[in-house]
Amino acid sequence: MSAVIADRDRAVSSAPTTAPAIRLEGVTKVFGRGADAVVALDGLDLTVDVGSFVCLVGASGCGKSTLLNIVAGLDAPTSGLVEIDGGRPTLIFQEAALFPWLTTAENVELALRLRGVPSRQRRETVADLLDLVHLSGFAGKRPHELSGGMRQRVALARALAQEARILLLDEPFGALDAITRDLLHEELERIWRDAGLTILFVTHNVREAVRLGQRVVLLSSRPGRAVAEFPVVIGGERRIESPEVSALAITIGQQLSEQVRRHATT
Amino acid sequence: MRPLRPLAEAGTVDQLGTQLAGLDTLEIPSLRRTPRVRRIVDAAWPKLVALAIALGAWELVVLSGWKPPWLLPSPSTVFGELWREFAAGDLVAAVSVTLRRAAIGYALAVLVGGIIGVLVVRSKTLRAAVGSLITGLQTMPSIAWFPLAILLFQLSETAILFVVVLGAAPSIANGLISGVDHVPPLLLRAGRVLGAQGLAKYRHVILPAALPASVAGLKQGWAFAWRSLMAGELLVLIPGQTSVGAQLQFSREFSDAPGLIAMMIVILVIGIVVDVVVFSTVERSIRARRGLVDVA
Repeated sequence: MSAVIADRDRAVSSAPTTAPAIRLEGVTKVFGRGADAVVALDGLDLTVDVGSFVCLVGASGCGKSTLLNIVAGLDAPTSGLVEIDGGRPTLIFQEAALFPWLTTAENVELALRLRGVPSRQRRETVADLLDLVHLSGFAGKRPHELSGGMRQRVALARALAQEARILLLDEPFGALDAITRDLLHEELERIWRDAGLTILFVTHNVREAVRLGQRVVLLSSRPGRAVAEFPVVIGGERRIESPEVSALAITIGQQLSEQVRRHATT
Repeated sequence: MRPLRPLAEAGTVDQLGTQLAGLDTLEIPSLRRTPRVRRIVDAAWPKLVALAIALGAWELVVLSGWKPPWLLPSPSTVFGELWREFAAGDLVAAVSVTLRRAAIGYALAVLVGGIIGVLVVRSKTLRAAVGSLITGLQTMPSIAWFPLAILLFQLSETAILFVVVLGAAPSIANGLISGVDHVPPLLLRAGRVLGAQGLAKYRHVILPAALPASVAGLKQGWAFAWRSLMAGELLVLIPGQTSVGAQLQFSREFSDAPGLIAMMIVILVIGIVVDVVVFSTVERSIRARRGLVDVA
C-alpha cells in the first residue's frame, strides 16, 4: 500500500515459518476532519498467523467493519502499517450480497470469470464448489428462492472461487436462526481445515467467537483498539453449548461489559 | 483444484450434509403455481366487465339523445366503420405508416437517451451541467417543440421524428441514471471484493442492477414517444401520405364522427397493447426473476 509497507514486507518474509498472514501495527483510521473527525480505529495492533482462525469480538462502534475494509484493501488506513501475505483477502458480509439477477451457479461463476478463468474450467469448478457447500441441487435457483443460510453458503462458495488464502467474515451468521448457525459453524470449520485457509472472523457473539476461534481478540469501542487476547485451548470437538466454551465466553463477556460500561454517561 | 473433499469421502457418513439438506428442504417455501389458463381468466374478466360497462354507458348517452347521432354515433356504428376501413385496407395503410414512424422514432430515442444516460452516469461534471436539464426537458410538453421543428425541417417526417426523439429520450436517459444512482451499496462492495473494475464493474454489477429502473424509463419513454407522434401527425400533414393522425384530421374536416372515434380507438388500443404486451411483460419477468413480485 505504501513504500513503508513494502519494506516491512521484505523484512518479514525472511522468517517464513512464523510469517503472519495479516499484520497490523498501530493502524489508525479517522473519518472526517477537524472538530467532526471520528476516530474509528486508534493504534490497533493485530497479528493473524497463516492457517489460523482468529475471532474479533467487540461492541458496536469498535470499528470492526472499518478494520475488515482495510484488511480487504477496500479502504486505506489514516496511518499505521498493514501487511498482507498470501494475496488479496476476500470478504463475506452479514447479508450474502449475492447478485439477485444471477442464479446460484452464475453467482459463483462470476468470481471465476472476473479472475479470467476459461469457461470450460469454470463450469467444473462451480460444480465442485457447490458440492462442497452442499448446494448442488440448487445451482439454477436465484438468491430470493434460497433461505438466509443457503445464501451465506453460496457467498462462501463464491469467496472460495476467488482462491483467496485469507477469508474475512463480517458477522456472517448474525441474521441466521440458531440451528442453521450451528450447522454453518461446522461447515466453516471443516472448510477452513480442509482448505488450510486463514480466517479473520468478526462477531458480536462471544460464544460464537469461542466456538470457532483458536484465538479471540477483544476490541474496545470508540475508538477501536485490541484490548485483550484469549487463546482458546479446548480439545476435542467443540460445540457452542460445551461447558468449556461457556466458561471462556463468560470471562470474555465480563471484559466486554467493562468496555461497554466505560461509555455510560452518568 | 484444491484438497477439499466432502466428508463422506473421508469414510465417515456425511452427517453435516444430510442435516443441511434436511434444513434446506424445510426452509424452501413450496411454491404452488396457479394453472396458466386460470391466471389468464382471473386477469381478463375484470377488464372485460369494465369494457362492457364503458360501452354500455356510451350507448346510454347516445340513446339519451344528448347529441344528434351524426355527431355522437353509437358503439355499433363506430365498430362497423372500423371494420369497413379495415376491410378496405385504409386502416392497415395508416397504421403501418404510423407504426413505422413510432419504431424509427423510438429506436432513435433509445439510442440518444442511452448515450446521454451513460455519459451523465460516468461524468460528474456532465451530471452537474445537464442532470437537471434532462428532468426539465421531461416536463416540457412535446407539442411546444413543433413550431421549431417545422421551421427547421418543414412539413416532413424528419420534423415528426425530431419531436418524438426529444419527447422520449429524456425519460429513457433519466431511467438509466436513476437506476445507476440506486444500485445498492452492498452490491457495489461485493463487486469490489470480487475484483470487478472499470468496464467489468459496469457490465457485471452496475448495469444489471440498474436494469429494472432502466426498463421503467423505457416504458415511460414509449408513452411520451407515442403522444409526441400523435401530436406530430395531427400538426404535420405530409401531402399524399396517410397515417393514423392524418386520418383523424381528415375525419374531423369531413365531420365524419364514426371514422374519427374509430381512429381514436385505434390510437388507444395500440398504446395499451405496446405498454402491456411489451413493457409490462418485460418488467414483470425482470422483477419476478429477482424476487421482487409474487410469482404465484
